[in-house]
Amino acid sequence: MLTVLVDGVAYGMLLFILACGLSVTMGLMNFINLAHGAFAMVGGYVTVIMLNDMGVPFLACLPAAFVLAALAGVVLERTLYVRLYKASHLDQVMFTIGLVFIAMATADYFMGAQQKLIQLPEFLRGRVGIGDAQISYYRLFIVLLCGLLAVGLQFALTRTRFGAQLRAAVDDGRVARGLGIDVSRLFAVTFAVGSGLAGLGGALGVELLGLDPTFAVRFMIYFLIVVAVGGTDSIVGPFLASLLLGIGDVAGKYYVPGIGSFIIYAIMVGVLIVRPQGLFARR
Amino acid sequence: MKALKFLTAAAVAVAGFAGAAQSETIKVGLILPMTGPFASTGRAVESAAKLYMQQHGNKVGGHTIELVVQDDTGAADTTRRIAQEMVVRGGVKVLGGFGLTPLAMAAAPVAEQAKVPMVVMAAATSVITTKSQYIARTSFTLPQAAVGIAEWAPKNGIKSVVTMVSDYAPGIDAEKSFTEVFTRNGGKVVEQLRVPLANPDFSPFMQRVKDSGAGALFIFVPSGVGSAVMKEFQNRGLAEAGMKLIGTGDVVDDDILNQMGPAALGTVTSHHYSAAHDSAENKTFVSGYKALTGNRPNFMAVGGYDGMRLIYAAIEKAGGKVDGDSLIAAMKGMSWTSPRGPVSIDPETRDIVQNIYIRRVEKQDGELHNVEFDVIKDVKDPGKAKK
Repeated sequence: MLTVLVDGVAYGMLLFILACGLSVTMGLMNFINLAHGAFAMVGGYVTVIMLNDMGVPFLACLPAAFVLAALAGVVLERTLYVRLYKASHLDQVMFTIGLVFIAMATADYFMGAQQKLIQLPEFLRGRVGIGDAQISYYRLFIVLLCGLLAVGLQFALTRTRFGAQLRAAVDDGRVARGLGIDVSRLFAVTFAVGSGLAGLGGALGVELLGLDPTFAVRFMIYFLIVVAVGGTDSIVGPFLASLLLGIGDVAGKYYVPGIGSFIIYAIMVGVLIVRPQGLFARR
Repeated sequence: MKALKFLTAAAVAVAGFAGAAQSETIKVGLILPMTGPFASTGRAVESAAKLYMQQHGNKVGGHTIELVVQDDTGAADTTRRIAQEMVVRGGVKVLGGFGLTPLAMAAAPVAEQAKVPMVVMAAATSVITTKSQYIARTSFTLPQAAVGIAEWAPKNGIKSVVTMVSDYAPGIDAEKSFTEVFTRNGGKVVEQLRVPLANPDFSPFMQRVKDSGAGALFIFVPSGVGSAVMKEFQNRGLAEAGMKLIGTGDVVDDDILNQMGPAALGTVTSHHYSAAHDSAENKTFVSGYKALTGNRPNFMAVGGYDGMRLIYAAIEKAGGKVDGDSLIAAMKGMSWTSPRGPVSIDPETRDIVQNIYIRRVEKQDGELHNVEFDVIKDVKDPGKAKK
């Protein structure tokens, strides 16, 4: 029972880290970025290359995955995305889905189509027994790390000057610009952080979710569910939505394996019937 | 001068034409998933087919063989379209490849109507060869592979098993044939789990297996997914709880086995090919394949290699005639020594008859290998033998 709960929470946390960047770009910048999964994939491949081919320790790979994914985010944001902020949503979808296909083909060409695997360091393997439950160290690690990040993000958004500027820029970009806030730089930084978090999620997820060139598409649906259920106005919404979906998914598969994989969709449909704007939206 | 040039040209043309009449160019069309999630299958089959041609030349029985490879991305409608184009416009005489069951099924009507032989080199659901008189197979069938472990397990102290298979045709094939043979031999299947094909997380299923307290877990997943299963099996401590991991060889695919790490050690599977198979034919095959691709061959590769061999041998045996009926007739009953051991094509079902080996994952020369320690000789496809 406890094992299932912790597994669910770990899975949910991972979903959150992967998806929160998407919720930021979608909610705050009003931009539909379906290529979000591609940044997660960048993080995953960075980890695989550094860990397997260069022998860098796992813990050092995680920040590298964040930085490189963020860097990729900045470059693409400055060169391509920035042209489409004002475009219609359909254009944004077409553009980003195209980007996903390019990313998949690139990964396929350079890294091969097969699943990539990593070996975790010794101290993250194994399990700890709490009562009669067995909990893996790695899942605990994910829960802790992602929990800290979630708290940090919420703090940054609500308590810092940067967060206040960002919220102001989103609510009314023209007025914010008039007050001397550099909105375009703000968006670039936000986009980079979102991409970086996706990269970190991708790095953490190699062990649990696997990694191959279809990663960018395979998990797109989960990101979108998280954002749809959680709403896009805050960090709290997607966070709770991720937990709900993670626990629901894992528990469903454990207790009723026959229909387990439908639970996540059932939750989404249920939530959207009751609250079409998402669980925690203000509007 | 002009006239002379013309005459020379004409003479060359005539000579060329005469040459063509004696020895035809026979096009062999491979349709494989070269991109997309199953690209590793396509690449393995293609490399092995090319390796065969590299080793044996492109001339057989006075004919020249030309290999055409096209990518169906793993989508069945594309497979069918390519098959049609190859046969109708491309002048392809023999079709080959077919990475997945639905892809082979989609091409079967084309082979049947156009009377073109179709050599299935990878797909493994039992029924495929019944879909057309022109289909022969050089890979394996899942019931064939599953029966080996189902007979071995009860004799070796495994009495209760949970089965976990991917929820699609080959998975269900594997589940059925394993359960049938295993229970007939006195074993008990405690629970049957079917995991969705596109499943991101095995942990809840694995926890359920652990809590069931069965003696072993029988697993079938498409090659490539095996590593995720293997990790989860180890992370949950199922081995320490006294549970054994058994299955068909797909889960310990040679392609990725070495990357799986110590988690895979001790896994017992039954399958038709291991890169560690001890024979002169296999050594040549493995070293050739390594030189060509840098990787060791897996069971998909051996299917492609033997597929080309079957096509070559059929063309030779059929003599001058390269129409579909003569070729498929030549394939029936053909037997040879493959890198996997002795194999033959069943004259009735056109399916492959081969040894099924029981193997255990062990470390050999610093790499993880499936080391064969028992064999069931000349297994016909049990999926069709019943009928």
